[in-house]
Amino acid sequence: MSLLTVDNLSIHYGNEVAVNELSFTVEDGESVGLVGRSGSGKTQAALAMLGLLPGSATVTGRILLAGVDVVGANDGALDELRATRAAMVFQDPLQALNPFVTIGGQLRRILIAHIIASENEADVRVVEMLRRVGLPDPERLFHAYPHTLSGGMRQRVMIASALIAEPELLIADEPTTALDVTVQAQILELLDDIRDNTALLLITHDLGIVAGHCERMVVLEKGRLVEEGRTASVFSGAQHAHTQVLIDAAPRLDRGEVLSQVAGKEVLDIRDATVSYDEPGHGQLKAVQSLSVAVKQGETVAIVGESGSGKSSLVRAALGLVPLAAGRVAFCGNVLGSTVQSRPVTVRRNLQLVFQDPVGSLNPQMKVQAIVAEQLLVHGPGLSSEERGDKVVAMLKKVGLDDSYLGRYPHELSGGQAQRVAIARALIVEPKVLVCDEAVAALDGSVRKQILEVLSQAQSESGLSILFIAHDLAVVRSISHRVLVMYMGRLVELADSASLFTRARHPYTKALLEAVPIPDPTAAGGYATLAGEVPSIMNPPSGCAFHPRCPHAKDICKTTRPSVRELDGVTVACHRAEDI
Amino acid sequence: MSAIRGAWRRVRQNRVIAISGGILIGVVLVAVIGPLVSPHDYLQTDFSNILHSPSFTGMHLFGTDDLGRDLFVRTLLGVQVTIIVALVASTVSLVFGVLYGAVAGFAGGRVDAVMMRFVDTLYALPFIFFVILLMVAFERNFFLIFVAIGAVNWLDMARIVRGQTLSLREREFVQAAQLTGVSFTRIIFRHIAPNVIGVVVVYLTLTIPQAILVESFLSFLGLGIQEPQTSLGALVDAGVNQMEGASWMLLIPAALLALILMCFNFIGDALRDVFDSRRSR
Repeated sequence: MSLLTVDNLSIHYGNEVAVNELSFTVEDGESVGLVGRSGSGKTQAALAMLGLLPGSATVTGRILLAGVDVVGANDGALDELRATRAAMVFQDPLQALNPFVTIGGQLRRILIAHIIASENEADVRVVEMLRRVGLPDPERLFHAYPHTLSGGMRQRVMIASALIAEPELLIADEPTTALDVTVQAQILELLDDIRDNTALLLITHDLGIVAGHCERMVVLEKGRLVEEGRTASVFSGAQHAHTQVLIDAAPRLDRGEVLSQVAGKEVLDIRDATVSYDEPGHGQLKAVQSLSVAVKQGETVAIVGESGSGKSSLVRAALGLVPLAAGRVAFCGNVLGSTVQSRPVTVRRNLQLVFQDPVGSLNPQMKVQAIVAEQLLVHGPGLSSEERGDKVVAMLKKVGLDDSYLGRYPHELSGGQAQRVAIARALIVEPKVLVCDEAVAALDGSVRKQILEVLSQAQSESGLSILFIAHDLAVVRSISHRVLVMYMGRLVELADSASLFTRARHPYTKALLEAVPIPDPTAAGGYATLAGEVPSIMNPPSGCAFHPRCPHAKDICKTTRPSVRELDGVTVACHRAEDI
Repeated sequence: MSAIRGAWRRVRQNRVIAISGGILIGVVLVAVIGPLVSPHDYLQTDFSNILHSPSFTGMHLFGTDDLGRDLFVRTLLGVQVTIIVALVASTVSLVFGVLYGAVAGFAGGRVDAVMMRFVDTLYALPFIFFVILLMVAFERNFFLIFVAIGAVNWLDMARIVRGQTLSLREREFVQAAQLTGVSFTRIIFRHIAPNVIGVVVVYLTLTIPQAILVESFLSFLGLGIQEPQTSLGALVDAGVNQMEGASWMLLIPAALLALILMCFNFIGDALRDVFDSRRSR
């Protein structure tokens, strides 16, 4: 008998169907990927497997977990089932950990509540478990509180707490979505290594992860199973059109054209920019340090780095949202004031921003029409209201929305539609530069691809320059002419796409490239070549800030900060760039 | 449908709001129409009918007081005053409190600090002392009591709106508006104010009973409405003095005061549920 049998499972919320007649199995020790876009019902199905759905859900069908029918089980039986038979790792580890209890306290509770170990044995087993998930200094961490840990360490703690009672099934719901790509690779590697005979049900929207880490996969669309099979055969010949759409939408680092450099005059020139914030009691936080980059007309420059690398601070300083501590920003040769208020209206019109959270960047109390038209009130004062209306309709059409959207409010839009509205709002005043701050990070693969297409079309039509922030190199590969890689507020590499993606000069760039999972079971990718995580920016390492994580570090890297220099047309800051 | 309109739909479907609102409207209608149709007026004394218990003879529905004045008319007059206090307090709190809080929160920095310290200073003034000071400085006046209550009531609202605005200011849609050069006034009115409306409405319905109580309290102390004008608080004060012989003088205005307060409190609680974003599905 299978470890987990889901038979004809349906989940309803009133008239809304979340999961529709889903059936699949997970065998002992197997790893299965549950894949689908957001809203496809994959998390709902997973919660049902542990009896964690809210009371408002109506569940029909059968879920047999180690011989117990979860759907009809009472609370006592479910308690026993969770942790000892099956355990779950959630997307956001900070929300899943109790902030008032030490790491050790949370883990030993599991052992004691399920009478797996006595009080004395429990502590030993917890420390042992923390060591197994690769946490440094487990004895100290035992007494630490969750907020003192980094995101990656917290997720390791979650995995430890899920596995400590030695369950037969581990359900991981988007376990790496909130993490940086290099940490994601570490966590996935850990999940592979540590499981032994524990079966893994990995819920994800990222096909790259499934390709590298799951033996079988189940594809959901709108709550229905559309395809199931061995990962390799699904990737090589998807039977269902939706599966193929998902596979095609996954960004590929290993194939596809890269854009060649453009020749144009420089539109936006950031020179020696330094951004620092006052941290009361801690001194100054230097988010960006003497960094220079210029964007040419019609060019897309991608800015890539892990969270905390200062990429958002850099563009926000360029836009005048945060002041520059040193350096300058010039637009078409004119040096700009440091605050957005001090800049002339024409400059502000020409520098537009698209945010990461598409819904949060739209006023919930305004209709789409009013949101897009608002810019015209500032930058097109001569227009009559009909002219404004026509322009809004034309602009929305360009981003792929018809006029039925005019009267909608932001919460009536999907993430992708909301991001189109945000782009329409930015582009309606025909800016010269568009800054996209993680503009596609919150979107599903296929929607992400459409948004990127909207941006490149706008670029080819009007010669728009784009500064595109991303934490993932795979996303920017198809759209960027040049890529700037940042680490702890400094430039590590600035290169044209052709050189960067074929031969990265900096070990950090290289590690970022290798960490990206490739949506192809036959291709290599998703390697955790970097140990550890980004150090605290309040207390940066000596010399080259990257040296504690760098596999190529030598003595000079620990003492001397590498200067930014040119090497074969590539700007790089590394002592050992020649050898890499 | 916008969040506001969604909330409005839930307001209409809410039974608590419908019942409490209905009672309030009924009370207000009676308070306005009653004195017009009654054969008595609030000043007329009838020494042959002193401390007359409620009865239909002579149409003294709520009885008469120790000067023989008809309490039905006087009580309804008191309700009118109470409702006017509620309206004035809420208007001041709404217009001045919301704008003050929104400007302080959005402007931030030194402007915010100065504006909020001013609020703190007003808070620090002992309220009763403040009222007595007003009474001494100016002629005793019907409107002085409104000024006093209004002057205190907007403080809480300003603080609440400022807090909301501080978090809204960091929201991306406000940054987007700032970035492109949307004017300060337009940001306040189009982006900040509509997004604090839920909190404001809820808080407003909860400050109204507070204002009514303060007025009653002041009148009870003899600092509020002056004879021959009256309010529910003043009536309760008079009723307490006659409690042993003429209990209706105390019970009727006290019950009406309690009814009005309860209705406002119920509406406030129900609105808080309606505007709670976690329930907005």
